[in-house]
Amino acid sequence: MLSFLKVYDKLSWVIIMRNEYSKGILHGIPIALGYLSVSFGFGIMAVSLNIPIISAVLISLTNLTSAGQAAGIEIIAASGAFIEMALTQLVINIRYALMGVTLSQRLDGGFNTAKRMVLSFGITDEVFAVASSQKGRLSASYMAGLITLPIVGWTLGTFLGASAGHLLPESVTNAMGILLYGMFLAIIIPPSRENKRVLFVVLAAAGVSVAFKYLITFVSSGFAVIISALVAAVIGAVLFPVKEDAQ
Amino acid sequence: MTLFLYILIMAGVTYLIRMLPFTLFRRQIRSPFIKSLLYYLPYAVLSAMTVPAIFYSTGDMLTAVVGTVTAVLLAYFKLPLIVVAVSAALTAFLAGLI
Repeated sequence: MLSFLKVYDKLSWVIIMRNEYSKGILHGIPIALGYLSVSFGFGIMAVSLNIPIISAVLISLTNLTSAGQAAGIEIIAASGAFIEMALTQLVINIRYALMGVTLSQRLDGGFNTAKRMVLSFGITDEVFAVASSQKGRLSASYMAGLITLPIVGWTLGTFLGASAGHLLPESVTNAMGILLYGMFLAIIIPPSRENKRVLFVVLAAAGVSVAFKYLITFVSSGFAVIISALVAAVIGAVLFPVKEDAQ
Repeated sequence: MTLFLYILIMAGVTYLIRMLPFTLFRRQIRSPFIKSLLYYLPYAVLSAMTVPAIFYSTGDMLTAVVGTVTAVLLAYFKLPLIVVAVSAALTAFLAGLI
């Protein structure tokens, strides 16, 4: 991932002399391609729950999140309560608040309130991972570029999956269920390889999450993820405090 | 109409979660503990979301394990995001054919 970004950095240097927006666009291409295939699966899932194609596309365009949308359409299909919908989204997506706080520490001086309000829409796991791996301060132009293609890819993939997904055999759509998780592994494994403390936190989070799945089964999966992550990150922060500017 | 309300609630809650902390948080955090927590949390969230859910993601644990091993190996050698994800799905699909 990082070496891939270095190539992109060189490209953007040659082509556009480090224009921040274009650099963001280039960094967003691999995310958008990943989203195109993952949201294809979401489109298929939505249609199978009798959600109209246009609504599935509207959900992707306005939510831009995988786990939250998957849980959301289940609630719609089951005619769940509105409060259940709101609470489920809150629990599953609360990680974006933490990512937002982390990124807020890295913004440059030109990142005013209006820009923050607009560009915060595009904070996702992958956008966060790429943005936070950049050296130095983040500009609004860079963030705008970075989120543009992922939004397009996520929405377009949903449309394609919802309108043409039924043409694919079940063996293919089943296999596509792993795409999202493959992307997550591609984000967490390289830094775990470089940094033993990150590896420890990653393994601890996985361990607690497994315990929730098989031992503490009365906790819903959304809460289990939040608790597992918090426990692991707190242990990491206590045992291995990060030195100044290590981020 | 009800469907539209559901979507409005989904989108509204998700946007506020993203927008409020990112927009309102202006102070530089000094506490080493909070800084460390924020540094580790994203990795922890992604790890907890992936394990053990990835093993149930294809509807067949054997094909999921094949896909997972592929993804771990390719990610270890730092291949791009999209290559890791698509290879995981491709090997899971191929394992399903056997």
